[in-house]
Amino acid sequence: MSITIENLSKQFGNHKALDNISLEVNSGELLALLGPSGCGKTTLLRIIGGMELADSGRLLFHGENVEQRDARERNVGFVFQHYALFRHMTVFENVAFGLRVKPKKERHNEAEIRRRVHELLDLVQLDWLEDRYPAQLSGGQRQRIALARALAVEPKILLLDEPFGALDAQVRKELRRWLRRLHDELHITSVFVTHDQEEALEVADRVVVMNKGRIEQTGTPDEVYAAPATPFVYQFIGNVNLFHSRDHAPWSEQHGDAVAYVRPHDIDISHTPQDGTALPVEVKLVRAIGSVVRVEVAADSSSELIEIELSRERFDAAPLSTGDKVFIRPRQFRVFEIGEQHELSAA
Amino acid sequence: MPQVSIARRISTHESKGVTLLLIGVALIYLLLFLGLPLFAVFYEAFSKGWGLYWAALQEPDAWSAIELTLIVAAIAVPANLVFGIAAAWAIAKFEFKGKSLLITLIDLPFAVSPVVSGLVYVLLFGAQGWFGPWLQAHDIKLIFAVPGIVLATIFVTFPFIARELIPLMQAQGKEEEEAAVSLGASGWQTFRRVTLPNIKWGLLYGVILCNARAMGEFGAVSVVSGHIRGMTNTMPLHVEILYNEYNFVAAFAVASLLALLALVTLLVKSLVEWQAKRSGEPLHHGA
Repeated sequence: MSITIENLSKQFGNHKALDNISLEVNSGELLALLGPSGCGKTTLLRIIGGMELADSGRLLFHGENVEQRDARERNVGFVFQHYALFRHMTVFENVAFGLRVKPKKERHNEAEIRRRVHELLDLVQLDWLEDRYPAQLSGGQRQRIALARALAVEPKILLLDEPFGALDAQVRKELRRWLRRLHDELHITSVFVTHDQEEALEVADRVVVMNKGRIEQTGTPDEVYAAPATPFVYQFIGNVNLFHSRDHAPWSEQHGDAVAYVRPHDIDISHTPQDGTALPVEVKLVRAIGSVVRVEVAADSSSELIEIELSRERFDAAPLSTGDKVFIRPRQFRVFEIGEQHELSAA
Repeated sequence: MPQVSIARRISTHESKGVTLLLIGVALIYLLLFLGLPLFAVFYEAFSKGWGLYWAALQEPDAWSAIELTLIVAAIAVPANLVFGIAAAWAIAKFEFKGKSLLITLIDLPFAVSPVVSGLVYVLLFGAQGWFGPWLQAHDIKLIFAVPGIVLATIFVTFPFIARELIPLMQAQGKEEEEAAVSLGASGWQTFRRVTLPNIKWGLLYGVILCNARAMGEFGAVSVVSGHIRGMTNTMPLHVEILYNEYNFVAAFAVASLLALLALVTLLVKSLVEWQAKRSGEPLHHGA
């Protein structure tokens, strides 16, 4: 089921949580709402789920207006950051909840409920935990149970609010892949909220980058990473070096007051100047981190550090050590005028 | 490692003497001010033997006092149960204007002397009160009658359940309710299947305290009751009357029932606390 959001706005007191948001979620896709805390992503998710009402704008599921529809009538599965499992019910009863509260004439008999719950527990690979209480489960198990519970009512849309936010790094990585596989199996239209760019890029079909209640960019993970539309996206997704036109005129000479954004892995280092635009720098720090080598350099004229990432092969081909005088040159960069960049300082 | 244990001993363990002294002081204090009176009540009640004790309790006026006390509690406790849940629900799960005012109002009966709350009802509904003439014209008797006693008791026991539930429900948040609704549960289903089980121990705890106070209330009830024997006397009032008539055995016999109620209350309260701890629902004892 597709979701259409048109000119949605929401205000909390003086705080504009959502500022005229328009967005289309395609049927069957897994979409990530990515942004820093307070950017409005969770508010948007809660409005889709019917837990919050928008001040203005339209919300349609598959072309049908649902603003007036209560949360319980939207047929949306919701997964909470802190699981929100019913603490006084067993795992089995948690998953069965949605089936048990159905109106009498739609309710399945006990045998059918048992069959469905076991099917779902199988799906999340936790069938053996059915008699436990939520307090007896690990965080990762709880979140999988929460997902099974949400899927029990066969929702047309699945909404996940920072689903892995409360888990430790290792479990998080596992669950991410698992969610991706699950989505490939079920093909249910899903929207998940995250502040973790790696998570968004790894799991989602499309990523919506939000900032201060507005959408900065919508695109595939590759698009938002390789071609950020705004300075904010550049900084929020991946690391980036900033070169001001005042100090590094040659790289942004076609513009007046501007800033060039360069990814750490888009910088070449050589011991001799490549051309007239090369910047002479001194190596301040060399650190190998796993498969990449991170080099920090500083221009002679300033104390600001520039971060460069090299693959091990490239580093081994031309090793560097602290104190070396070298030249750097960006292979690829993007220039934003200062006006556009203004946002960024506050982000 | 040894250093750690030494440090711990120094910071958390007082010498044996101090420990014993503290326990001793607390114990003597308790015995003197709580244990002794309790003992005295039962001692006096039984001082002339079982026969007189039973006779005192079987006296019609005593019976009617017991009956009235039970009736008043049976109305006041459920009324405050409904109110307590509603108020705690509203305060914990919704944002609205005047919320802190509502919380303050709920605390009002704790702050006001019970005698004053009784007097307020007399001022409002008494023969000379604001609504007195109107009530008289319609032949409704509130003051010096059972309805007045019920009203005063409700007022005094107002905060017990709400106060117990508000912090508990605030701590639990509303995510579980939101999850229930998103799974298709109606408002009533959400309350019965999710909210109520989550607060049941706190609720029971509040009910026990509320009941103890409802049965034991003296000041407010004394003002509105009119002390009509066999009609508007609750147990605490009856005890006073008997005592003022130098009928000590009867006074202490009825008092012993109230003391027994207190002991049962304490026992049930401990049981509830123990159960709540076991089920992992933290009971809040704030305010």
